[in-house]
Amino acid sequence: MPLIHRKKPTEKPSEEVADDDSQQKPHESSKTHKKSNGGIEKGKWSCIDSCCWFIGCVCVTWWFLLFLYNAMPASFPQYVTERITGPLPDPPGVKLKKEGLKAKHPVVFIPGIVTGGLELWEGKQCADGLFRKRLWGGTFGEVYKRPLCWVEHMSLDNETGLDPAGIRIRAVSGLVAADYFAPGYFVWAVLIANLAHIGYEEKNMYMAAYDWRLSFQNTEVRDQTLSRMKSNIELMVSTNGGKKAVIVPHSMGVLYFLHFMKWVEAPAPMGGGGGPDWCAKHIKAVMNIGGPFLGVPKAVAGLFSAEAKDVAVARAIAPGFLDTDIFRLQTLQHVMRMTRTWDSTMSMIPKGGDTIWGGVDWSPEKGHICCGKKQKSNETRGEADENSSSKIKPANYGRIISFGKEVAEAPPSEIKNIDFRDAVKGQSIPNHTCGDVWTEYHDMGIAGIKAIAEYKVYTADAVIDLLHYVAPKMMARGAAHFSYGVADDLDDPKYKHHKYWSNPLETKLPNAPEMEIYSLYGVGIPTERAYVYKLNQSPDSCIPFQIFTSAHEEEEESCLKAGVYNVDGDETVPVLSAGFMCAKAWRGKTRYNPSGIKTYVREYNHSPPSNLLEGRGTQSGAHVDIMGNFALIEDIMRVAAGGNGSDIGHDQVHSGIFEWSERIDLKL
Amino acid sequence: MPPNPILRFRKIYFSVRNNEDTIIHAAKHKATTEKLKRRRSMRWSCVDSCCWAIGYLCTAWWFVFFLYHSVPVPAMLQAPESPGTRLSRDGVKAFHPVVLVPGVVTGGLQLWEGQPCAEGLFRKRLWGASFTEILTRPLCWLEHLSLDSETGLDPPGIRVRAVPGLVATDYFAPCYFAWAVLIENLAKIGYEGKNLHMASYDWRLSFHNTEVRDQSLSRLKSKIELMYVTNGYKKVVVVPHSMGAIYFLHFLKWVETPTSNGGGGGGPGWCAKHIKAVVNIGPAFLGIPKAVSNLLSAEGKDIAYARALAPGFLDSELLKLQTLEHLVRMSHSWDSIVSLLPKGGEAIWGGIDSPVEEGHTCIYSKRKSSQPSLNDLHKQNFSIKPESWVKEPTKYGRIIAFGKRASELPSSQLSNLNIKELSRGGSTSNDSTSCGEFWSEYNELSRESIVKVAENTAYTATTVLDLLRFIAPKMMRRAEAHISHGIADDLDDPKYGHYKYWSNPLETKLPDAPGMEMYCLYGVGIPTERSYIYKLSTSSGKCKSSIPFRRDGSMDGDDMCLKGGARFADGDGSVPVTSAGFMCAKGWRGKTRFNPSGMDTFVREYKHKPPGSLLESRGAESGAHVDIMGNVGLIEDVLRIAAGASGQEIGGDRVYSDLITMSERISIKL
Repeated sequence: MPLIHRKKPTEKPSEEVADDDSQQKPHESSKTHKKSNGGIEKGKWSCIDSCCWFIGCVCVTWWFLLFLYNAMPASFPQYVTERITGPLPDPPGVKLKKEGLKAKHPVVFIPGIVTGGLELWEGKQCADGLFRKRLWGGTFGEVYKRPLCWVEHMSLDNETGLDPAGIRIRAVSGLVAADYFAPGYFVWAVLIANLAHIGYEEKNMYMAAYDWRLSFQNTEVRDQTLSRMKSNIELMVSTNGGKKAVIVPHSMGVLYFLHFMKWVEAPAPMGGGGGPDWCAKHIKAVMNIGGPFLGVPKAVAGLFSAEAKDVAVARAIAPGFLDTDIFRLQTLQHVMRMTRTWDSTMSMIPKGGDTIWGGVDWSPEKGHICCGKKQKSNETRGEADENSSSKIKPANYGRIISFGKEVAEAPPSEIKNIDFRDAVKGQSIPNHTCGDVWTEYHDMGIAGIKAIAEYKVYTADAVIDLLHYVAPKMMARGAAHFSYGVADDLDDPKYKHHKYWSNPLETKLPNAPEMEIYSLYGVGIPTERAYVYKLNQSPDSCIPFQIFTSAHEEEEESCLKAGVYNVDGDETVPVLSAGFMCAKAWRGKTRYNPSGIKTYVREYNHSPPSNLLEGRGTQSGAHVDIMGNFALIEDIMRVAAGGNGSDIGHDQVHSGIFEWSERIDLKL
Repeated sequence: MPPNPILRFRKIYFSVRNNEDTIIHAAKHKATTEKLKRRRSMRWSCVDSCCWAIGYLCTAWWFVFFLYHSVPVPAMLQAPESPGTRLSRDGVKAFHPVVLVPGVVTGGLQLWEGQPCAEGLFRKRLWGASFTEILTRPLCWLEHLSLDSETGLDPPGIRVRAVPGLVATDYFAPCYFAWAVLIENLAKIGYEGKNLHMASYDWRLSFHNTEVRDQSLSRLKSKIELMYVTNGYKKVVVVPHSMGAIYFLHFLKWVETPTSNGGGGGGPGWCAKHIKAVVNIGPAFLGIPKAVSNLLSAEGKDIAYARALAPGFLDSELLKLQTLEHLVRMSHSWDSIVSLLPKGGEAIWGGIDSPVEEGHTCIYSKRKSSQPSLNDLHKQNFSIKPESWVKEPTKYGRIIAFGKRASELPSSQLSNLNIKELSRGGSTSNDSTSCGEFWSEYNELSRESIVKVAENTAYTATTVLDLLRFIAPKMMRRAEAHISHGIADDLDDPKYGHYKYWSNPLETKLPDAPGMEMYCLYGVGIPTERSYIYKLSTSSGKCKSSIPFRRDGSMDGDDMCLKGGARFADGDGSVPVTSAGFMCAKGWRGKTRFNPSGMDTFVREYKHKPPGSLLESRGAESGAHVDIMGNVGLIEDVLRIAAGASGQEIGGDRVYSDLITMSERISIKL
């Protein structure tokens, strides 16, 4: 295709015109039909001619615009923006360069889940011609062209959690892996560009791309990703004159790097054999961006019913649409089947159980006022008045899943739980129409589903049992790689197993007193924290549960929106998960941090872009958009150029993280 | 886009037409407006037909396009089974990790820091891909790709770096594959990111500088060690191409040299421990004559043709472009071009009178022109036109000759110029200052000395270096601190510990690794530039052309060996057979002083066969320098070696050219 394009360069834009044209063509041709009677009589201007004429016009105009666009100087959009909004602040790279900062420590990026590109190395017949093309990331063109093929290739084997036979999908390597997720949608690109201003380039920047679908230890088993990361860090430290590396993990990369730090010092067969002081020798600072240290409640909803807030909202608007069998697409079921083969999603299940996330009757965020919503909707209300906020029934965040709104709000004494764990999985299969889509709900039967719904309320501990019950195969696979508890005795030899390494509550930090750990995350955006569920009665659906989207509170400031209780956070990770470890559990010398590594919490208040021209904003606090936040970039650059926590201003807190942390009663 | 204006035009147009056709003239239509409208309708109809034509074309185009996509590929057009698929079925599986080392020019370069004129190009490719920047901002592009003429490193404020990873060189330009076919076939037998690595480096720099600036050699070392360990302690197969071959020679020496001497500190057993085989594709071990003409006058074969067709055009100051001069300046700042100058001097490339390829017949050029079906041409050709050959053997030894006479005269009649004693002549005697601000050292040469240099002289591989030193002293001084072109008398001389000798196979020993294998795989059967006939360029216009020499494009011999001012020998289009094959065929064969541990060497030639039809595009049996990377035979050999086969198992030597006789004629101490 590109070859033909090149032969006829003038025709190049025709493709873009095609769709915009196809929408207008029928409309237009009918119009010309009526009007071109005279033409037809003359036999000169037939309908086809008019069509052609119209297409020609569109093409010419399009080319003309395209030409203008290309001839436009590159700085034009910026100029317009500046005229409208006033001069933009210097990007941090330019600003810090003026201050005289220079590249010093090598920087390692660790992308999170979803943002890393994946490419095909070996595939089935249906994926012909996609060799080394991106299946994940880029334009996602293949999702539309051959959806089933795509789902098949992106899924992993559901027994082993590794490649299915005959399919090899591998992470794209290098900075290109995660600089842009899709064209124009930056992830790391802004940070990279700013670092380049003060002298960074490939030799002192490294993107530790890994296949984010696998469990952490499997990335080493299959791709030796951890070994490569170790070797690359060692290489960068030695070629940069022994200066230690600054690690910048994002999202799930945070857990991945926790795993790495344990792995690299563990002895050889299971670990990397780097010796007990590897981290002390090679790492200056770990700057976690939006780290879900303690998991995210979103992961529960994703695994339980393949829903997130967006899906739930879509469902509320057009009920039944997503569940219908039109075209036999069964979108959600396919998505669910695919995501359930990915071990990595299980790394984000809330950790620490009731101790951290709260029980039936309490939660650390108790009394939180959801004023975050206000910023988004309208400013007319002014400051939150005390009256209305006190009216609202406090949300029971501890109940991560509750069946029915009444249950979610009821006092704990009124809730009667019938234990679902012993409920026999019924033989009668709820419906048979689910086709070849595999989900474990088939095996559960009506009795099992009933039992679950009758248990009513699930706290963080119970949620794990719930998942074990509804998806035993998946959780059995996951249990070999992840653990969600709180350690009683960290010196217990069982904690040498790799499945504990990514859980900060079951591992010690390495012995590296000079290292620094930062937790940088956005606040001020409502973030999913707990869900109200209902049984799905629709006969077409294979997923028996769905978020109860009509559970609403009328008040503007209510935390309950479309079946989801929101709390402060960065839209994906609640503050508690991102900040607790650095704010309390690792602060000072604790049993999790025996060498007393310094920790810093830096929050960035979300302020949405003021107009469309700003794109995704330079002060955003959203989970991914925060990577373009100038303040955050500046902090990272100062540390990379040799600064430390006190140089960038210690803690910077906007949320109630310290207060909430105090409420958590964890042995330290 | 808003359709409104168009619709309005349409309305006016139709209303006008209706009025005309039905001849209903409403009272309110006055005569004047009628006239106006009529005139308008005339005008519109012209634009209309244009639009109509364009629309018609577009629609037809889309239709064909749609058909092209929806119609399944007919069986006859389907590509033959790739070697990877076949071998994979035969049970050949990935075994040794593979490292690819790209050559000059094929590697992509991207911008990391630039001048204001390069705004918006951050991390975009300046070299490779579509080269659009040359067209949109040529001077800016030149400025960014040039290196500092003093240091051979980055100019201040500009950082252009090699693109890392497989994407660096898989496709040089869209649809113009370099490594992509080989990578795809390797993937078929199970290779992927963890056991396949592209050692891209900035090919403009001298080899030592890639380590100084980017630590490329350290990275390569660490990568090989890592792959060796993570793939179950299997040794690595290295596949360098073109200049990559000498880059990797440099690496072999560097890695075993202790850090105190500027090496990698891998210790003496490093290569034996980590490397199974070095599979050189189209290696430029002894340099290529093309580099000489590039440095002298920035002329490749193609440019010389263009110049012959339209003399003066490229030199004219039209638009102040001075294309060639800019190219000279840019390529003079690249040390790596100097590393490709012919090495070994007259001993290898022949003296004034004793060419190595004596009696060589220029058969391939004929094949290229009219008789592609001729096979086994060596014998036939002799029978067809014997005399001219026997009488006047081509004097390939004279790499640069000024005038055809000088290229053919016996040596006694040539002027005996000792170029080393020639003075460059003080300040310029001619007013060349008006030639713009760009730098080339020619400006400092006086006209007299230029004439003297060119007077009836011929230069051999040895003296051509003197010529270059005379013409561009700064460049050669800079580059020769990094690169040497001689032959060692005594390899144990401690001076050979210096890095400038490491990339010259005639001045280094191979590492002590008896288990290692060296392969030379290259194409033959394409006429390859071997020596040149030059003339002085007559300056035109008010500004003296800054390049005083140019190839004499009008020189065409009766025989096919001389064409467009260049004499051709057998090779792959860029590298003559001598350069690619000699080391493996003789210099390293058995236990020699260059190969003290006696590692095995193999020469495998691939006869060039042009693609049968356009559908085959660049052909599956090509022998051309870059296209050979898509050669089925070569790919199969590489795959088998990577899967663990030894040189004997893939069939040992295979030679089509007269490499063996040529090598016999070269007498160097072994």
